[in-house]
Amino acid sequence: MTTLNTDITKEIELLRLVTVGSVDDGKSTLIGRLLVDTKGAFEDQLLAVRKKRGAEHVASAAEIDLAMLTDGLAAEREQGITIDVAYRYFATPKRKFIMADCPGHEQYTRNMVTGASTANAAIILIDARNGVMPQTKRHTHILALLGIPHLIVAVNKMDLVDHDQATFEAIRDEMNDYCAKQGVRDLICIPMSALAGDMVAVRGDHMDWYEGDTLLETLENLSVLDDVDNQPFRLPVQLVNRPQTAELPDYRGFMGTIASGTVKVGDKVKAIPSGNETTVKEIVTFDGNLQEAFAPQSVTLTLNDEIDLSRGDMLVHPGAEPASAKIVKANVCWIGDEPLAARNKYLLKHTTNTVKAMVDSIDFRRDIHTLSKDEADELAMNEIGQITFKLMKPLYCDPYAQNRITGSFIVIDTFTNNTVGAGMVVEA
Amino acid sequence: MSNQQSKQVSQHKLTQLKALEAESIHIIREVVAEFRNPVMLYSVGKDSSVLLHLARKAFYPAPLPFPLLHVDTGFKFKEMYEFRDSFCKEIGADLIVRRNEAAIAKGMNPKDHGVARCCGALKTQGLLDALEEGEYDAAFGGARRDEERSRAKERVFSMRDEFGQWDPKNQRPELWNIYNGRIHEGESVRVFPISNWTEMDIWLYIREENIPIVPLYFAKERLMVERKHLLIPYYEEMKDQLLEGEEPKMVMSRFRTLGCSPCTGAVRSDATNMDEIVIEAAAARRSERETRIIDHGSNSMEDKKKEGYF
Repeated sequence: MTTLNTDITKEIELLRLVTVGSVDDGKSTLIGRLLVDTKGAFEDQLLAVRKKRGAEHVASAAEIDLAMLTDGLAAEREQGITIDVAYRYFATPKRKFIMADCPGHEQYTRNMVTGASTANAAIILIDARNGVMPQTKRHTHILALLGIPHLIVAVNKMDLVDHDQATFEAIRDEMNDYCAKQGVRDLICIPMSALAGDMVAVRGDHMDWYEGDTLLETLENLSVLDDVDNQPFRLPVQLVNRPQTAELPDYRGFMGTIASGTVKVGDKVKAIPSGNETTVKEIVTFDGNLQEAFAPQSVTLTLNDEIDLSRGDMLVHPGAEPASAKIVKANVCWIGDEPLAARNKYLLKHTTNTVKAMVDSIDFRRDIHTLSKDEADELAMNEIGQITFKLMKPLYCDPYAQNRITGSFIVIDTFTNNTVGAGMVVEA
Repeated sequence: MSNQQSKQVSQHKLTQLKALEAESIHIIREVVAEFRNPVMLYSVGKDSSVLLHLARKAFYPAPLPFPLLHVDTGFKFKEMYEFRDSFCKEIGADLIVRRNEAAIAKGMNPKDHGVARCCGALKTQGLLDALEEGEYDAAFGGARRDEERSRAKERVFSMRDEFGQWDPKNQRPELWNIYNGRIHEGESVRVFPISNWTEMDIWLYIREENIPIVPLYFAKERLMVERKHLLIPYYEEMKDQLLEGEEPKMVMSRFRTLGCSPCTGAVRSDATNMDEIVIEAAAARRSERETRIIDHGSNSMEDKKKEGYF
């Protein structure tokens, strides 16, 4: 069992994780195993969902009805299905994990997209007996589209195929081929038995032929910050801070979360869209001014000249500007009840900027089983396609493949106000 | 494609607490940018204390751009009232206190009317009335997803209809760090900026940032009554509420979570400072909500949330 050392916990990093797969793949058992082995679930929570009454302690994941632990809504427990994302938290001495546990069923793709959009890594569950299923491919395609840096394939229930190396390798090779077609940068396949615990937190004795790390070791060693640090500096302005108090009558601070890159005091910066240039005077925080700030810090900048800059605008380094586009091509995962169709009007919210948009064309709909690009008149809920939007005002954006923050937007239905689409900029 | 990890090492890294802090500040600022009249619910507990600290950081050097709202049941610990008043004064916060006076006048209490009815009247109805009176379109709360299984399912921006109710089966998808703050007339949102914090994170952050908290969180010899599995603090006024066989006695104890005095249990503890609390939290085998009577009973939190409770 992993214990928390209080001196170390101060320094640990955050890893956002998403798990996909159906209950039948042993997802609940795997999550339960991770929670129990890392102390991510408390005893009273576990006792409340144990299968046998009367036990004082919960010794193993097998004793727990884990779906009862993770299915937090009455409707889910009634129907025995997972409807919505559940967030789970666990930590090791090296890392804290935020795990979005997503429903596997096709009709809940929208909730899977919710859980996956911020993830640094995904665990895709496969039942070793069944191999790569159509659902596995659908999940993997969406995860690849969302640009999740690390995909981990957990080939589970190896105990039910006699821990057979060839079975594992066939699944691994098929997943490698499928992912290679989609530009997945890092794919790791791990054979395991979540029920027995083999290769989850400990190696076990049954799969000595596998030389890679256990799942938990893998999660602890993945690189967290992908490439945001090396991307050009982007600060979408959230708010302008003007206290107008006696002490600070003329103070103007530009508040925002750094989307990518680094900014230093004295840096030359350019305001988009005004084009005005000035230099950074101070990087203000409650804990004192900083010399340098980086993504994803939330900061306040003051500037040496009064320039035109407000919410929805962006501060960047001159010479490294984003596209400023009124026509944007994007991959869209549609999550609205009403289908998307050409000429429909929506609002796009991109960073801190909300603009009116019209669907200019549906370039294609992606068949997520064959990956073919099909002609289409509309995108229905849970469908994915490439859409060209015409905008009333420009978006200041980068391709999603380079920047997940300045390359993403949500589509809002102006009548219901609901979020109906997830957009990822291809070209602007 | 291979099993190796190919990333170059990034120069800049945030600790997980600083990453959580940045995320929370982003959320708080986004609400202020997009809503007409936000308010921050302030319960005086440790989570509220962290939330308030984050809000102060978000707008520094400006003062808080929204008021704090304490929905008081009249049953809070006296140390909580003292702390609330002195701390809000010290930081110059605009504190609004609201109570369901009609129910309080009728003598609503958990012993005679049951915990569910009492909470429904003093907390849920008190909150809904206060939100309606203030015409707030967004209310920040310090709920965390690790607290309870229905909270594990809640969005950061949680939509409420004109009756303040939550529809868990029909939540808005929440993508990246882009929050959709568009609502219809009469609707509102509850916003949970510390959704992704765990109890451990809260304690580590309070320690790291030296955030003042109610002294009840630190262990001390206190007069207690043992009721079922709970340690309940004893006050003189409770004399005629004692059940058969109950005898107040001094116990070295503290609170992991603070609610109303009749319904919040303490734990036996020797943790008198933040380091010891952190060590105790790390070793805890039971969740903090175990000491809250309100959570016991099937679906109770989800049902209460549907009605408008936090």
